Amino acid sequence: MGNKKIGGFGIEIKKLYKIFGPNGADCVKLVEQGVTKTELNTKHGHVLGLRDINISMPAGGIQVIMGLSGSGKSTLIRHINRLIDPTSGEVIIGDEDVVKMDAVQLREFRRHQTAMVFQKFALLPHRTVLENTLYGLEIQGAPRNRQVDCAMRWIERVGLKGFESKYPNQLSGGMQQRVGLARALANDAPILLMDEAFSALDPLIRVDMQTVLLDLQKEIKKTIVFITHDLDEALRLGDRIAILRDGEVVQQGTGQDIVMNPADDYIASFVREVNRARVIKVETVATPLNASARELKISVPAGAKLEEAARAMTLAGASEIAVVDGDGQAIGVLTLPQAVDAMVNAQVACSTPNAKKVA
Amino acid sequence: MDWLFSFPHMDDASLRDLKKVIDEGFRGFTRAYGDGLEAIFEPLQHFLIWSERFMTKTPWPIILLLIAAVAWFASRNWKIVAGTVVTLLLIGYFDMWDDTMKTVSMIFVCTVLSIVVGIPIGIAMSRSDRVQNVINPILDVMQTMPSFVYLIPVVMLLGIGKVPGLIAVVIYAIPPMIRLTNLGIRLVDKDVLEAADAFGSSNWQKLKNVQMPLALPTIMAGINQTIMMALAMVVIASMIGVQGLGQPVLKAISNQYFTLGIFNGLAIVGIAIIFDRVSQAFGARLQKHREVVHG
Repeated sequence: MGNKKIGGFGIEIKKLYKIFGPNGADCVKLVEQGVTKTELNTKHGHVLGLRDINISMPAGGIQVIMGLSGSGKSTLIRHINRLIDPTSGEVIIGDEDVVKMDAVQLREFRRHQTAMVFQKFALLPHRTVLENTLYGLEIQGAPRNRQVDCAMRWIERVGLKGFESKYPNQLSGGMQQRVGLARALANDAPILLMDEAFSALDPLIRVDMQTVLLDLQKEIKKTIVFITHDLDEALRLGDRIAILRDGEVVQQGTGQDIVMNPADDYIASFVREVNRARVIKVETVATPLNASARELKISVPAGAKLEEAARAMTLAGASEIAVVDGDGQAIGVLTLPQAVDAMVNAQVACSTPNAKKVA
Repeated sequence: MDWLFSFPHMDDASLRDLKKVIDEGFRGFTRAYGDGLEAIFEPLQHFLIWSERFMTKTPWPIILLLIAAVAWFASRNWKIVAGTVVTLLLIGYFDMWDDTMKTVSMIFVCTVLSIVVGIPIGIAMSRSDRVQNVINPILDVMQTMPSFVYLIPVVMLLGIGKVPGLIAVVIYAIPPMIRLTNLGIRLVDKDVLEAADAFGSSNWQKLKNVQMPLALPTIMAGINQTIMMALAMVVIASMIGVQGLGQPVLKAISNQYFTLGIFNGLAIVGIAIIFDRVSQAFGARLQKHREVVHG
């Protein structure tokens, strides 16, 4: 329909600065010279929102931006559809710089290229679920019957069939966010921006919604930017993760990169409590192929997590498992001790007294 | 030490001259533009006459049914409809039907005019702090200036009759309409507005789809206030020739007819309560979607 090539839109953020205050532009130089956030605030009366952000977001993948409150993550996502104007820098999508668009171009861009899901749902309270879902299409000026067809399809897809004529206030938080998701998806834009979309939901519903999103992503393959303050959520959803602190990217990479090689103590303290068995991929730990691998009875595909491999081994009563690639060719062998070691070992590296006891 | 006990003021001669200059200036303005202004307000006069003729010349049972129907569609509440009908029947029984219909017609035209003029001004105020800063003091003046004071220039310009009465009432009754439209739009949830922006809404789409619908309950409160204030002006407007329930009250004041005054006064109270309950019930019905069914 609307989008020419799904997955064709990566997002390239280059040298992005955001400084809040009357003369933000003048302060960029200062910040480039190394003035800190506190200094900028006390001496110059400006608030540093984002400092030199450079992120390449993969087309058709989920880029998670993680940080605690005040880290600038919500500010950052609003630069992608320019709900907030940057002080300097570029946001390149396709071959266009969002920062340079004029008002009309920007409106068209927002109508057709992006859709957004909000932390507080931001549904229109006076409209029914159906009317909320077709909002984006209505704004685009699509014919009414196409609006309704498309909205109904997504309402059904997010599991709200039968609730079309309810008002948002009549639904629970989880259901309201499903409406928010359906509204964004009905827009049929290649880029989906999710600003702490699941943070307001209780833990069970949140996991449920993550599953809904991952299932949908398998077929829609959109470029998703997902903001969260929850590392477990980031690791579960993110193809790539960028961690933000005080308006700066402190580390970016895959979930496994971050868990196995935290860039500094700050991130190390984050990843300490993570269930590593669900993050580390089998091939990372497995010994590359040797002759015996072909004779193993059980196997896991490359890309599977240690937890799966460990479960398969325990079930089969084996202590070794083959790691196979997409064609079923064995590429390595994982032993139970290797797996257990990887699950607990980094905690020793983190050297917390607690972790040592476990090891 | 004289200056301590009597405030040093402009000397009498200059003050007299100043007043004279202003008076003459305004008189000159009246002579030059009075007719032109009257022509501008002519459509309003037609509207007023048409509305009054409709209310008084239509057989009373039809009007009664019509008002009951409006009350029903606005409130969907049998008690309010019954109260409306009983009040109107009592008013008619005490021979105040014609005057009441004239007043209702006047209030109707005033309210329509206030809405038509007030809502766009309120919207303009909500979009710009500068406009708000200019209009707010004007509204303050309109609300606090004693109405007799602005009756003088209005009568000088347009003479005595329905139109000057209408203008006097609208000046008094429009501020809550404007203020509450402005307030209603400014109070719209910023998150919802941001969502509308994120989906690429134009300003007009935002106003039409988000701001006006969400501000509507507040705007309805403004309409309710405007109606109440217009009713409060009925007696004063009757001093410059507006017909209706105000004129008997005026007669009662000057002749000390206690009963005449109280009957007509109660009729004004009666229709005020009808207008109030019906418009409030309508406002409440507009907010049905706010009811939280899920806990």
